[in-house]
Amino acid sequence: MTRAANSRKSSWPRWARRGLMENIATALIAIGFLMLFQPFALSLYTYSFITMLAGTVMFIVVSKFPE
Amino acid sequence: MLNRTAENVARATPEPLARKVRGISDKGLAWLFISPTILLLLAINIFPLFWAIYLSFTNYRANRPNEVVKNLGFANYQRILGDKDIWLAMQTTAHFVFWTILLQTLIGFTLAWLIDRKFRGHAFWTTLILVPMMLSPAVVGNFWRFLYEPQIGLFAYAISFVTRIPPTDIQMLSNVSLAPWSIIIVDTWMWTPYVMLICLAGLRSIPEYIYEAAEVDRASNWRQFWSITLPMALPFIMLAVLFRGIENFKMFDMVNLLTGGGPGSTTEVASITLKRQAFESWRTGYSSAFAIILFVAVFGLANIYVKALNKVKQR
Repeated sequence: MTRAANSRKSSWPRWARRGLMENIATALIAIGFLMLFQPFALSLYTYSFITMLAGTVMFIVVSKFPE
Repeated sequence: MLNRTAENVARATPEPLARKVRGISDKGLAWLFISPTILLLLAINIFPLFWAIYLSFTNYRANRPNEVVKNLGFANYQRILGDKDIWLAMQTTAHFVFWTILLQTLIGFTLAWLIDRKFRGHAFWTTLILVPMMLSPAVVGNFWRFLYEPQIGLFAYAISFVTRIPPTDIQMLSNVSLAPWSIIIVDTWMWTPYVMLICLAGLRSIPEYIYEAAEVDRASNWRQFWSITLPMALPFIMLAVLFRGIENFKMFDMVNLLTGGGPGSTTEVASITLKRQAFESWRTGYSSAFAIILFVAVFGLANIYVKALNKVKQR
């Protein structure tokens, strides 16, 4: 029974698993965060919010995905 | 005994109320009890958040409530994200957050590690170290403002005693290069005990038998620190960093009391700019958009930390 349950494959695509997606979302948030507070280029600062927002929304969504 | 108490309570309940409650399931009763809290939370936390999101898309000014409110779309966000002064305020905030967290974590963990040695009178020293944290920020701000006074302040005299620079030359709050550090010093002084307390809880949670096993394996104190103490206290340190990071991004009271953002705009952190826009220029819609940007930054940071914390806990 357990073996059968383990061998049953999830229909969820492998690339859309929580671990990978969470890492991408975390990277986006971190990049956005650095862009917001960096002192080098105003253009990076301009696009920081949208990067951070995309990462945060993605994080909230993908944290509900199966492992 | 417990049953008898429950029966007594049931008997003491007024009959009309008992009749009403009798038909409710356990889950319904639980919802009934937590509903006031949820309603309060919705009224004072969730509703203002959504209201601020709505205002961030408008030209609303709180000092002109009768003026027609126009929908500006993303114009407020575009203006903030292209404003060099706000960009500078963000950099000041980052500088402030970086140094306060670094200093508080280093000093806090070291103090916790020393207090955990359980030397003679360690309880007294723990209480003494915790005192700054218990004071009101308003009191601390005024108290340090007095200490920083170049003419009569104790701080200037102490520095003068060590460095031989005349105390009148040590203008902590009005010198452009010293003013940011004056705030960092006060925040570190006030909040290091908080970091220490969390780190101490982490150190006290490490079981003694792990150290005993390390002793049997003849691990040096240095090795024990790097392989046992630090990894096992890391989730607690990260928790302290998370709390302080979020708090320091919102830092307002201390900066407002000590320098008010000056001299010039050297200590103008994001929250001071926000306050100036909201309550001096009365650009409520604009400042709401700014507040939402800060909120997303802090929320994103909290997500990263929670993820990192879970990872460390799983190890």
